[in-house]
Amino acid sequence: MNSSFIIPKFRLPGFVARLGQKLPQWPHALALVAGLNAALKMKLLPESELALLEDKLFRVRILDTGGEACYTYSNGLFRPVFTPQREPDLAFAAHLSAYLQLLSRQEDPDTLFFNRELEITGDTELGLIVKNMLDAVEWPKFSAGLPVFRH
Amino acid sequence: MTSLPDLVCPAGSLPALKAAVDNGADAVYLGFKNDTNARNFAGLNFDAKTMAEGIRYAHGRGREILLAINTFPQAGRTADWQKAVDAAVDQGVDAIILADIGLLDYARHSHPSQRLHLSVQGSATSYEAINFCQREFGIRRAVLPRVLTLAQVENVIKNTTVEIEVFGFGSLCVMNEGRCWLSSYACGESPNTVGACSPAKYVKWDKKPGVMETRLNGVLIDQFGDDEPAGYPTLCKGRFEVQGETYYALEEPTSLNVLEILPDILKIGVRAIKVEGRQRSPTYVAQVTRTLRAALDSLRDGSERFHVKPAWQAELAKVSEGSQATLGAYSRPWR
Repeated sequence: MNSSFIIPKFRLPGFVARLGQKLPQWPHALALVAGLNAALKMKLLPESELALLEDKLFRVRILDTGGEACYTYSNGLFRPVFTPQREPDLAFAAHLSAYLQLLSRQEDPDTLFFNRELEITGDTELGLIVKNMLDAVEWPKFSAGLPVFRH
Repeated sequence: MTSLPDLVCPAGSLPALKAAVDNGADAVYLGFKNDTNARNFAGLNFDAKTMAEGIRYAHGRGREILLAINTFPQAGRTADWQKAVDAAVDQGVDAIILADIGLLDYARHSHPSQRLHLSVQGSATSYEAINFCQREFGIRRAVLPRVLTLAQVENVIKNTTVEIEVFGFGSLCVMNEGRCWLSSYACGESPNTVGACSPAKYVKWDKKPGVMETRLNGVLIDQFGDDEPAGYPTLCKGRFEVQGETYYALEEPTSLNVLEILPDILKIGVRAIKVEGRQRSPTYVAQVTRTLRAALDSLRDGSERFHVKPAWQAELAKVSEGSQATLGAYSRPWR
């Protein structure tokens, strides 16, 4: 991603969420799991922390698209869960812009959490493990472009 | 040309370390993945491999790596802390930041040429205490607790040859540094015992309609309305009922920010300015580092024309706890 591109804070109109909730949710789960497994394949995620995710149920909800995805991690792979039978161990909820700002490392997760733009519920320690794991990933796509103010 | 103090920035991961170096930190401080440091949180910190890579990255760009071994050895486990000191020396860090005087003594005698800094957790607020650590353990730098006024910092600097490092930005706590047991009061664990304040396994964020409650081992710390900013789940930042009134009984969540008094900090001869936040993300590290770098660089040609740019304040306010900032103890007009 180009470092000069700033993702603004935005909210999609309400009808998008109303429509999104009526659409099937399985494509979100499949897409998310495919991305996570690609990261696994590239060995971007640390093995010692991955072991702590074993059989945990995660839910990612995008408030303004009405989309949500549940997944778990077991036997070395992330797997989609299409019909969860229980409450997730860890759940994230935020608007699309917050997720994009987070993933592009434009905003700090603590800042988003404190400002109530990112909701994390469930097992707090698991949440911290996931947060720190994502922080420790060296995304090949973004690493080259951090803006440098120094002259 | 004015000589500038070193900008010392935090890193809890390799991307954070690189963000600090790329955005202008002169030194980066880190910890091992265990309870020898006071940010012992799951998934955070460095193992031998990532530390070696981080040191290579920083040294390759002329920056320093400081390693914090800033907790106190627990009974029967002193060897774990001594091994951490040995490992730090083997890794080739530029300095080790220590708090415990037994460990300072060990490091001094086992590795006489290793540069040692006295941690803020060592809680040395007078030049007598600092000079004692210089005489006994050969410390080269001391990080001052955030309880002194600027005039008191100046007095310390005038009376010691030990380099003085002060905090420039980051979350504030009750500043009973190295001696705080509030977290243990609620959950039996604190930075001094397990290397973490309010460990996550005791924290519960409970979302109910219209309100989010924060509990630490069942103790209600605070509750926030839907649009109210949340704070860290620590006792010191909680709102409690005292004699019929509910308010921040210990302190308000806030961040230290010294931009306004940066010229004064330079004038009194501070050797390094430290940023708090090893538990924060690479994004935070990049944002704070580049802002303080820009502010410091603008002082290179003297302080006469220094003014705090609104963009710097806006950038720092965004990442501040409670979105508000203070000069803390530095500015205290009363005596």
